[in-house]
Amino acid sequence: MSKGLNALKDWIDARFPMTSNWEAHLSKYYAPKNFNFWYYFGSLALLVLVNQILTGIFLTMNYKPDADLAFASVEYIMRDVNYGWLIRYMHSTGASMFFVVVYLHMFRGMLYGSYRKPRELLWLIGMGIFFVLMSLAFTGYILPWGQMSYWGAQVIVSMFGAIPVVGDTLTLVLLGDFNLSDATLNRFFAYHVVTLPLMMIVLVFVHILALHEVGSNNPDGIEIKANKNPETKIPVDGIPFHPYYSVKDIVGVIAFLIVFCTIVFFAPEFGGYFLEHNNFIPANTLQTPDHIAPVWYFTPYYSMLRAVTVNFLWIDAKLWGVILMAAAVVIFAFLPWLDRSPVKSIRYKGPIFKFALTMFVISFFVLGFLGMEAPTPLYTLIAQIFTVVYFAFFLLMPWYSKIDKTKPEPKRVSK
Amino acid sequence: MMKLRTFLFILCMAPLSVFSAPAGMELDEAPIDTTDNASLQRGAESFVNYCLTCHAASYMRYNRHRDIGLNEPAVLERLVYTGQKAGDLMLTAMDKKEGEEWFGVLPPDLSVIARSRGADWLYTYLRAFYRDSTTVPGWNNLLFDRAAMPHVLYELQGEQKLVVETVGGEEIESLELVKPGKMTVSEYDHYVADLVNYLVYLGEPHANERKRIGIYVLLFLFGMLALTIALKREYWRDIH
Repeated sequence: MSKGLNALKDWIDARFPMTSNWEAHLSKYYAPKNFNFWYYFGSLALLVLVNQILTGIFLTMNYKPDADLAFASVEYIMRDVNYGWLIRYMHSTGASMFFVVVYLHMFRGMLYGSYRKPRELLWLIGMGIFFVLMSLAFTGYILPWGQMSYWGAQVIVSMFGAIPVVGDTLTLVLLGDFNLSDATLNRFFAYHVVTLPLMMIVLVFVHILALHEVGSNNPDGIEIKANKNPETKIPVDGIPFHPYYSVKDIVGVIAFLIVFCTIVFFAPEFGGYFLEHNNFIPANTLQTPDHIAPVWYFTPYYSMLRAVTVNFLWIDAKLWGVILMAAAVVIFAFLPWLDRSPVKSIRYKGPIFKFALTMFVISFFVLGFLGMEAPTPLYTLIAQIFTVVYFAFFLLMPWYSKIDKTKPEPKRVSK
Repeated sequence: MMKLRTFLFILCMAPLSVFSAPAGMELDEAPIDTTDNASLQRGAESFVNYCLTCHAASYMRYNRHRDIGLNEPAVLERLVYTGQKAGDLMLTAMDKKEGEEWFGVLPPDLSVIARSRGADWLYTYLRAFYRDSTTVPGWNNLLFDRAAMPHVLYELQGEQKLVVETVGGEEIESLELVKPGKMTVSEYDHYVADLVNYLVYLGEPHANERKRIGIYVLLFLFGMLALTIALKREYWRDIH
């Protein structure tokens, strides 16, 4: 480095913790050297967040949050704005891919016990990000003001109305009107472009701070900080994030972009899963579609909402559905205390845990599929069975994780 | 363990195999090709002649048709009849109020109709009208029962009538041409295919450009993938 640049660096460091932060978070942040495929999704989630913010800014320049103009303004972006179609498809594909990446990121945590001590708070902050992401998806989906935007939002908002005592007031505050209208669209636009993205950025920042405080978990689920080089105080199995993981994550980014761009350029509707066919019909407040289905990432929860068909304990079926649906999301937050296994990683956990996790994944997919279909008595029965399976994974965990036969953890990370 | 996994996988996939077929008649596959400019231009002319009278394509501008090989003079000559400018939106000449009075429902905007209905649906629908004296317009449609739209293209296709046969206790409905129009059946099918082809283009005018650019983007990314993998290997050589 030239003398002048060095002097500039010293000048800044005397006034701002530039070098120290660079070292603490990148060049001297020691990450386990055995990260595998599952460890790409954290950095990819960050990439998708940046994509959503950048494309979102350009969409906001031409979108009109007005019930009479919204649908036409989206088509204006698709036709008359230079590369507007590309920006819009990047944003709509990004929304679905955000969930793909975050679901895989969360599943990685479940595979390797990343939520266990000392990373409980890191996991909880992550759950906060997940809730904000869901709210962003919901408020964003209403903006094109198509039939599915309108009627999907109608279903979700009516859920809040099922909450006793405060339900009606809450719905009124949420809608800004007595029914879903132009006022709601304006409100949701404000949430979608200001409130929620701000919350998201703060939470992601805090998530990374918390991660760098406790250090990354790894596929073996053992603490690399427990085995430090006595002289350098550097974990023996740790390597600096930069340059090792920065160059490795770039490979992940390019591989992800290949998938992402294949969808954006060749199948932006993704067979009606990312952009629903019925959402190309402008919202009609007088005509309810035959079949209302949320976008794929909400369908597992949507099936649980519909699975409850009986009134029970003075609470009606609809409220039970809402409670169950909320519980299905919130229950992830309790994982750090539900898991009583002596080991963290699935590599050393016993057959019962492996079976339970497999059943959980199956129930997630089955419920996701059922949420897209029109309900039939058979489908409702299957949804009820798999809702029980879904919750059993969590609720029985304190018991089965304790009695499961585990293997001993190694002292050093394995390849 | 492997057997259990296979079993669970099958269990997981089982619901996917029972995709329920949509109710109603089977759709004919629309023989369309959005890279065929001649077909798209014919479709555009039919659209302006027959559809735009009642329906609008109000998100589309006339001069956008440069995508399908029509420059501004060509657009003005072949598509604009009512004195609009080349940069204007394709609005309908029909008054909204009158439209609602005449048809009972406002004819929908057709800009993105191919994206909500799909090409096959449109292709089947436009060929499935038949005479029905019990309905207000005097026409009915085998795909869309009691459609508010009369058979606008009847002078081309001719008149069809509904034939109901009972086979093994099951009623099977089909259509029979009773009064031929200006076109033969095959000519009419081609005509509708051109129109549907145009509607698909109209739904997403940039679709061809999108796919064209996509190939270059992917080629670039695959090149980058090779480079980044090489870079990663170089850095990771000393990590064991």
